[in-house]
Amino acid sequence: MVSRALKRLYTFLMFLFIYAPIVVLIIFSFNNARTRGTWSGFTLKWYAELFRDKEVLTALYYTILVAILSAIISTIIGTIAAIGIYGMTKVRRKIILNLNYLPVLNPDIVTAVSLMTLFRFLRIEFGFITLLLSHITFCIPYVILSILPKLRQMNKHLAEAAMDLGATPFYALRKVIIPEIKPGIVTGALLAFTLSIDDFVISFFNKGPGVSNISITVYSMARRGINPVINALSALMFTGLIILLLIINSRSSKSIGERGDII
Amino acid sequence: MRMKWTSYPYILWMIIFIVVPLALILLYSFTVGEEGGITNLRFSLDNFRRFLDPKYLDVLWISINLALKSTLITMVLGYPLAMIIAKEKPKKRNVMILLLVIPMWMNFLLRTYAWLTLLGKNGFINYIITKLGFAPLNLIYNDRAVLLGMVYNFLPFMVLPIYSVLVKIDKSLIEAAEDLGANKFEVFSKVTFPLSIPGIITGITMVFMPAVSTFVISRLLGGGQYMLIGNLVEQQYLWVGDWHFGSAISIIMMAFILVTMAITAKFDNQKEGGGGLW
Repeated sequence: MVSRALKRLYTFLMFLFIYAPIVVLIIFSFNNARTRGTWSGFTLKWYAELFRDKEVLTALYYTILVAILSAIISTIIGTIAAIGIYGMTKVRRKIILNLNYLPVLNPDIVTAVSLMTLFRFLRIEFGFITLLLSHITFCIPYVILSILPKLRQMNKHLAEAAMDLGATPFYALRKVIIPEIKPGIVTGALLAFTLSIDDFVISFFNKGPGVSNISITVYSMARRGINPVINALSALMFTGLIILLLIINSRSSKSIGERGDII
Repeated sequence: MRMKWTSYPYILWMIIFIVVPLALILLYSFTVGEEGGITNLRFSLDNFRRFLDPKYLDVLWISINLALKSTLITMVLGYPLAMIIAKEKPKKRNVMILLLVIPMWMNFLLRTYAWLTLLGKNGFINYIITKLGFAPLNLIYNDRAVLLGMVYNFLPFMVLPIYSVLVKIDKSLIEAAEDLGANKFEVFSKVTFPLSIPGIITGITMVFMPAVSTFVISRLLGGGQYMLIGNLVEQQYLWVGDWHFGSAISIIMMAFILVTMAITAKFDNQKEGGGGLW
């Protein structure tokens, strides 16, 4: 009994540790006082200020635009690449997969500065294009890694059967292979989207003047200390996240477990 | 059906955006000269020699030290939690894992920023302390705050892999040990723990790597003057503009991490797919 209570207490304390900062953050987004940790009345003015803040709104626009575009583009490139990689000989596949693993394993900051060096070297002006290109680059490997297992699970002879029955390779791809690996494609796209929306390090080095994302805005605001506008922003993002999770959860409860493993 | 040609666009992409950039920082790290061009470069080991200055070696040492400490703390805190969750009934277990994963989906910067509101001079904890009649504490802009930020951010990375290994352990192995007279401690030390080592190894790499290369946690919770190796890279690239030295530091960091991964991979044969080389 004692050990059971002890376990309960430990679990409670750990989850308290995990959630306390977030809860305090959200509560203080409704606090009237600016910097003090003192409570001085309920207000929604920080939310109002958030939606008036041009910097935040522009950042939000670019965050979502880049996330959608890089999710779409990296899913398309990643899917056709995965199908190609699957059909390769073992040695080649190994080389490609190892190269593909580099951005996954490398510290974000190394990927970030290497891309920055490239853009600087090619004299591409830093801005939306560099931001998008760098996001696509770090998203594709994750897309490929979520699709390849599905290709391995697929019955190899399905596509051959389709072609024996007169399907062209493209028709077989569209009607047989893509439907078979669809769960992997969806997981990959969602993963790319969340990775892009959440990214800070790579964006920080590859953004341009006037183009930034939410993470960068939070960083530059937070360096100046506590700011209730960020609290309001976090509260909104956290709520948005919970809603998104509930939607995905009702869609399929299995995919969350898988994604938890990946992240 | 073999359609390897469909991977060619990505191979081209990979060469341009993965291989060439890394080759470039490798090139820059071994050369000196005007940055941004390739014509005036001279081969030199100066960038690496410069890193041997005690000033920079200290930074490296502090980074490794903090990363090791945070890995150890997340392990000590996370292992029992993973064990408790793994022993729950499936339904409750999934809810707990979900609760653990939700904050990970929240923006990393916001999670770090959250501690600013708690630890700051006018933060929540000091508010309570002063309300109780004590003098406010210096909680932020020191080693402990950075360490706390690391532990907080990376704890789930330790718990999840350990949990996923623990939950797959064949129950009959534990029952067999108990039938053979092992007590709870022996079951743990001789059966559960050895079987969970792959999870621990994955957890260690997943915590140590981001911890050693972070520059956000140290900047936000350590203050403007706080330097980790990640901050050094940031400084060289964005503020000083010495790309050659910045590249050299990046190469050192990358080499260090790849070696660490290679060592840990030796203990962990469960990895599948690519990445075996690294």
